[in-house]
Amino acid sequence: MANLHRFANPAQFQRLSRALLPWVAGITAILFVLGLYFALFASPPDYQQGDTVRIMYVHVPSAWMSLFCYTFLAVAGAVGLIWRHPLAFMSARAAAPIGAGFTFIVLATGSLWGKPMWGTWWVWDARLTSVLILFFLYLGHIALSRAFDDPARGAKAAAVLALVGAVNVPIIKFSVDWWNTLHQPASVSRLAGPAIDSSMLPPLFLMAFAFMGYFFTLLLIRIRADLASRKVQALRVAALAAAE
Amino acid sequence: MLDALRTFLGMGGYAAFVWPALILTAVVLVSMLVLSLQDLRRAERTLQGMEPADRPRRRRGAA
Repeated sequence: MANLHRFANPAQFQRLSRALLPWVAGITAILFVLGLYFALFASPPDYQQGDTVRIMYVHVPSAWMSLFCYTFLAVAGAVGLIWRHPLAFMSARAAAPIGAGFTFIVLATGSLWGKPMWGTWWVWDARLTSVLILFFLYLGHIALSRAFDDPARGAKAAAVLALVGAVNVPIIKFSVDWWNTLHQPASVSRLAGPAIDSSMLPPLFLMAFAFMGYFFTLLLIRIRADLASRKVQALRVAALAAAE
Repeated sequence: MLDALRTFLGMGGYAAFVWPALILTAVVLVSMLVLSLQDLRRAERTLQGMEPADRPRRRRGAA
């Protein structure tokens, strides 16, 4: 049982996550109901883009989450490499597929928004290309963290990838200012204040918080699953050692 | 009533783009949740199946 002692700290996490999970999931569900109500019923169509603007209420929150999630990966990777906290690598491993999911949503909904508004599904402009690279970085992270027999080695390799790839995060954010893109520039986080009509802000922020809550709900579930399967692994190793 | 529903579903002529975008988002989000919950259940069930054999050594001081 000696190799179980290192789960002492994660055991505390298990207790905390068990208490937190119903609250996070419940708040997320309420935010989704409110957000969807505002996004679909209680907000006007755009004066130029008509009802396609409703795609924004899933596109923009998932874009924010794809960047948030990658920053989370990079920070968790750094914490894991520097302080060797076991939960840091575990949360990075749990977060990477969620980030990939959000990035896939941004690309797909952006495409579905681009076709009627720009006349094309895809264009190799700076914003779209850098987000596609972000998607590949997520896939690389997922593949690397599972590529070694020893999960600790995979976690370290993936953490290095996350840190190197972090340079892409500001590139994505500022791509619409640095280069001429078909994608429109930022209209919410501007120094001059949002350029978007105030009637569109409640659904946008409600959905953004719902996506954030969804991320943490999934993260807690996935870390708990990972902890449980590692415990299974440790018990199997202990049983084998006892049998010898 | 029916007209209002038709207007709503019509999305000002952009139904073919708005609904697929929303449905696709829902499908991705829900499948991530389902897969994660499956992982959790599977691991916890395996763990429960393993622990009885292990119990004599783990219960230190318990009756």
